[in-house]
Amino acid sequence: MATGYILLIVLGLAVLGFFLGRSRALSMARESGRRLHSLPNYYGQAVALFTAVPALFLLAAWLFLQPLLIENRVSEMIPDRVIPDGGARSLVMADVRRIAGGLDALMAAGQMTEADLANMRADFTNVRNRLANVGVALGSNVEPAVLEAAKEYRKAQNSGRLWMTVAVLGLALGLGVWSWTRINPDQRARNASETFVLALLIGASLVAILTTLGIIASLLMETINFFRMYPAKDFFFSTVWNPQFRGGSDLGFLPLLWGTMYVSIVALVVAVPIGLMIAIYLAEYASKPLRAFAKPAIEVLAGIPTIVYGLFALITVGPFLRDFIAQPLGLGNSSSSVMTAGLVMGIMLIPFVSSLSDDIINAVPQAMRDGAYGLGATPSETIRQVILPAALPGVVGAILLAASRAIGETMIVVMGAGAAAKLGLNPFEAMTTITVKIVSQLTGDTEFASPETLVAFALGLTLFVFTLGLNVLALYIVRKYREQYE
Amino acid sequence: MTDLTTAGTVPAAAPRKGSLLEQDERTRRRNGAEARFRALGLIAVTIGVLALVGLLTSILMNGVSSFRQTFIEVEVFLDPAKLDKSGNRDVEEISKVTTFGYAPLIDAAMAKLLEEHASSLEGLTTKQVGDLISKEAPAKLRRYVLANPDKIGETVPFRLLANGRIDGFFKGRVTMESAELDRNVSPEQLRLAQKLRDAGVLTVAFNWEFFTAPDASDTRPEAAGLGVAIIGSAYMMQIVLVLSLPIGVAASIYLEEFAPQNRLTDLIEVNISNLAAVPSIVFGILGLAIFINFAGLPQSAPIVGGLVLTLMTLPTIIIATRAALKSVPPSIRDAALGVGASKMQTVFHHVLPLAMPGILTGTIIGLAQALGETAPLLLIGMVAFVREFPAGPPEGFFDPASALPVQVYNWTQRGDPAFVERASGAIIVLLVFLVMMNIVAIVLRRRFERRW
Repeated sequence: MATGYILLIVLGLAVLGFFLGRSRALSMARESGRRLHSLPNYYGQAVALFTAVPALFLLAAWLFLQPLLIENRVSEMIPDRVIPDGGARSLVMADVRRIAGGLDALMAAGQMTEADLANMRADFTNVRNRLANVGVALGSNVEPAVLEAAKEYRKAQNSGRLWMTVAVLGLALGLGVWSWTRINPDQRARNASETFVLALLIGASLVAILTTLGIIASLLMETINFFRMYPAKDFFFSTVWNPQFRGGSDLGFLPLLWGTMYVSIVALVVAVPIGLMIAIYLAEYASKPLRAFAKPAIEVLAGIPTIVYGLFALITVGPFLRDFIAQPLGLGNSSSSVMTAGLVMGIMLIPFVSSLSDDIINAVPQAMRDGAYGLGATPSETIRQVILPAALPGVVGAILLAASRAIGETMIVVMGAGAAAKLGLNPFEAMTTITVKIVSQLTGDTEFASPETLVAFALGLTLFVFTLGLNVLALYIVRKYREQYE
Repeated sequence: MTDLTTAGTVPAAAPRKGSLLEQDERTRRRNGAEARFRALGLIAVTIGVLALVGLLTSILMNGVSSFRQTFIEVEVFLDPAKLDKSGNRDVEEISKVTTFGYAPLIDAAMAKLLEEHASSLEGLTTKQVGDLISKEAPAKLRRYVLANPDKIGETVPFRLLANGRIDGFFKGRVTMESAELDRNVSPEQLRLAQKLRDAGVLTVAFNWEFFTAPDASDTRPEAAGLGVAIIGSAYMMQIVLVLSLPIGVAASIYLEEFAPQNRLTDLIEVNISNLAAVPSIVFGILGLAIFINFAGLPQSAPIVGGLVLTLMTLPTIIIATRAALKSVPPSIRDAALGVGASKMQTVFHHVLPLAMPGILTGTIIGLAQALGETAPLLLIGMVAFVREFPAGPPEGFFDPASALPVQVYNWTQRGDPAFVERASGAIIVLLVFLVMMNIVAIVLRRRFERRW
């Protein structure tokens, strides 16, 4: 039975359970003449919760685990000789899945029965043609072992699905009936269902921890795999990045780190002065109408997706810098460059710096301004010598947050900075960053177990550690500063 | 501090010379510095606003033309000798004729069209004249014939897309000079196209197919559309909404109303604030490693994209929801508790409904962020070239699809400059969706937000 129907049935059962539980509670109260402990709805709610929630969790867990188990069992059936040279078991498994899907389609089209399938042999029937009839295109003829694996896959999947249906519906019914029979006027139904809801709430808030654990686990495991194949010393200290698909790659991390730093520094050089001045002007000088217009306008910049900035870099800023600055000065003729990416990323970071600094400047107590004015300082002197020193920790925090954004930013550098990994100083040359290389190593058809692919996880882990460190530092500084004035 | 301290050391007895209205050197300097500082601030604000304006106009200027496309009105004779040799109008047999079988029909139709309007072939072969039409046109013809086999043998008027280069000529992307160097188009073809345009056969009109058609291959930019991408994005947004709103609200309620002050709560809170700052690409790696490699979900599928974006959106929604819950005054809770409601009843019956506008606003803003997110989707295979529309939900969640921002990226990686125009057009579509979502959020906030 399709998952959607199971879901609907479980929900239907829960609704039914609600009404049955409620009416049972009411009728028992009437018969025994005792007052119910809780409102009647709570008896129904308890039954509904017990019916639906465990069953749905079982469903989710089953859907998650079944493919894993079947995959393992079936892939053991595939002999090594079937796997083409240079190919991977996973590719054959993809074929197996496709064939199994095609067999299902054949059944659905009425061109085959279960008995036919049992007799079907890859060495006699042209499986490829028959599958092509139902719209499943295969790259090559089907090996007998692969067809057997596909049959097994299909069988396991069908029986797994049957068992899932039985187990999920059984659990829903069982727990529903159990909680229904427990109903009596003295049962503390409200407490029961509220405890249940509280458990759900706690579960929801644990998702954040699970996500972090998932990130760390997936990054760490693959990174360890990577360092088994590729020496860590070469990764961290080599200055050459030159991945080869045939192996023997140089995967030095330094050129990428340099590119990342260079682009981020250019971006911060653009964003910090402009953002800071915007914050100062809007907080201290701007008239009300100007502030009401300019503040949201600049914050719109923060809401624009980075792909838009990437396209801006690619089609406008890059060609402009190349034609009017880099080529006349003889500095290079590439439209993707550190300068392009840095400039556009700087624009993206302006609202970060400005709105964070704006908050911080506004948090400086008015008394300090009044004191400075009282001594005869002009507004700019007050800002430079009183407000900024007072707001400095917060501003530093804002800059660190912006830096962490810059390091982790992907689309702008993918589209604006180029793909050449090198250690250079010329800002009009194409360079590359950590994020660009994560994207290029993980997209496209690459073999998953090679160091060229796994290096992306090591890069991801370094990126994660960097940005996390910057964030923790920034939050620490900001929090510490806030305590001073509150 | 230097200015002020030196001011203090000036002997106070020195009598002031001249009038008060006349500024001395030092005051002038300080006032000058003040004016300069102020001007700098104003310049910064101007740069910020100009950057926004520049960004938007550059995208608009490049993209608006993608909504209009060059079409050629042509009457095609659906030749039975070519399409249905046996003459029994059997769809099975007709479908054996591939798109290559339809190309000669179009060439013939174009030749006839020229006889009527342009009088001469201008030294072009029939093939070259036929190339004025998009390579996608035979497929369109084939679909039409398979749907209406009874029309074979008749002459049917079609509105076919012109080739991308011809389209580029009318949009100023292709010039006579560039055509000289171009293998795909010749100046003669362009002149012919101009003639046809003057004759009114070739028109530039609004192109609905840009929103409904699937992506097209490298050589036919004129036929590429956003259909699959829009559906993929819509599927992902459904998944994100269905998962992240309940989980986010539940987590916020726990943290804001129930959580005791202990290590676990601290850990959860630190986690949430850190997750909000994790680079989006790391979520892509998570999706690839956990959902695709470990759980075996299909690549390029909206379900994986939706799950990854859900995890990314959760911190945003949790932070917004907590702020909304916090802004409900404690007196409401005290009143509910005072008349005997349980803690849970207080929250669900009173606090949550009052916080709902804030929660929805936060959710919409989170969804808008998720809609524009690109980097994680690249890693889970959404860049794949997908021409098939996914099935309806929920099965369609597991079919390959594209997504709006990824489609933009995909198009920028193609060789033909016509795709740059389409990428900008797709960005405009994306921005229109984002603006609509944000307007809804603002309206919600304005209309329902209460100040206590």
